[in-house]
Amino acid sequence: MERLKKLLPSLTVMALLIAAWWLVVMETQSVIFPTPWQVVTGTGELMQNGVLWEHIGASLFRVGSGFLLAVAFAVPLGLWMGWVRGAFTTLNPIFQMLRPISPIAWIPIAILWFGVGNASPIFLIFISSVFPMVVQTTSGVHTIERRYLRAAANFGVSRATLFRRVVIPAALPQIIVGMRIGLGVAWLVVVAAEMIALRSGLGFLIIDSRNAGNRYDLVIAAMIIIGLIGLLLDGLMRLLEGMKVVQWRYAR
Amino acid sequence: MPAKIVVQDIKKTFGSEKGPLPVLERISFSVGDGELVAIVGPSGCGKSTLLNVIAGFERPDQGHVTVDGAETFKPSSQGILISQHGSVFPWLTVQQNLMFGLNGHVHGDRETLADHYAAMVGLKGFERSYPHELSGGMLKRAELARALVVKPEILYMDEPFSALDALMNLRMRNELLRILSEERHTVVLVTHDVEEAIHLADRIIVLSSRPATLQAAFDVPFPHPRKLSSPGVQDLKVAILRELGVNGTEPDPQAAATRRSQPPNRH
Repeated sequence: MERLKKLLPSLTVMALLIAAWWLVVMETQSVIFPTPWQVVTGTGELMQNGVLWEHIGASLFRVGSGFLLAVAFAVPLGLWMGWVRGAFTTLNPIFQMLRPISPIAWIPIAILWFGVGNASPIFLIFISSVFPMVVQTTSGVHTIERRYLRAAANFGVSRATLFRRVVIPAALPQIIVGMRIGLGVAWLVVVAAEMIALRSGLGFLIIDSRNAGNRYDLVIAAMIIIGLIGLLLDGLMRLLEGMKVVQWRYAR
Repeated sequence: MPAKIVVQDIKKTFGSEKGPLPVLERISFSVGDGELVAIVGPSGCGKSTLLNVIAGFERPDQGHVTVDGAETFKPSSQGILISQHGSVFPWLTVQQNLMFGLNGHVHGDRETLADHYAAMVGLKGFERSYPHELSGGMLKRAELARALVVKPEILYMDEPFSALDALMNLRMRNELLRILSEERHTVVLVTHDVEEAIHLADRIIVLSSRPATLQAAFDVPFPHPRKLSSPGVQDLKVAILRELGVNGTEPDPQAAATRRSQPPNRH
């Protein structure tokens, strides 16, 4: 009941937007732009013949692979750059220069290197999510409070213990923030990547629906589904923030 | 009493934008085995720097510190530092924090030992709690227990209870005295609270304002438990405050010189 009360304003605005959309389409008698109801029936059509699940599966597979590769690469690298001064001063300028390049700009190179199969979008997702994760992990290590490192030095623990018990857990909240950003960007990029030469995925669904007979109801249906899945993925990353070992950072 | 810590002719200067900033100026004293020495001084005088040098976290520019006759170059678990803001790891439970410094021990052994010290400081039942679930006083207890569990010979305490409220401060002092009566540690305590120093210390060293020099030393000849309202304690407090320049009286250089040259009279 309480939650419903909180959601009420945004639900109201959403309903008003849909009503306005409906009204405008009816008034202008657009033949090409769909009404909300046409979007609903279009979605039903996609679900019935099963293609929707295939497209969602394809997109999630690409995002999952590219993102996990990026985590496996960025977290150790970020920890290293955060801990070793020389690694930071050497690599940071390169990353800072590569970071502002939109992943979309890498599309031609991705096609050149990886062709038009699954490898291209996976590479693009890797590129898009690796930089925020490197940056966040590095800053996570840099912002470890000195008193904790001093305490660790005081107890004379081994380097392995220092890393396992102090450096990694201290940086973990920032690493999770990086992962949230990374996954968000990855989901943005997969749609764009799939618009090029692929035969599956939600991005392909959008382009294909438009090209094959101006099915704008399906275009909008795909857009809404992309939004909902993005929300779900962010929710999953938020679950990580609920872990006991990182509560100290988020609780306050 | 044999000397546990010998501080000899320590000098420390920090570099700053306005040029070199001398912080410690030729400080020498020693701390006996099992003795609790309090260092008091005006704020910003370099008390914490002195403690950091003694504990091995910072190198002096000149002079040296020896513990059991061996010069200290870096911190070790022989002497654990407890600081004002605390350094209990917030990502580990109380028990994991307590086990942090116990590397060489067998697993089952470590847990028993950790729980023993948790109980000793009154944290029984909170072993699996995370620090952010504890109050300030409990955090201090956890920090104390984490230090004690590695059986250090020396405790370096830098304003350990000053972040606590007055009541908890008093309670923690009594707790510390109780623990020290069970496990005999050598303690170097830095504090700005003269009353706290008199409550806890066997001997009190007064530092001058920066650059800090050793200005005076007082023995605290009262047996525990100490009654802080007793006339003797009050007289001592007045004398120390006078050294610190409170009550508008400048310290008498001649009197200070005599006190400094006095050999510490043990009780």
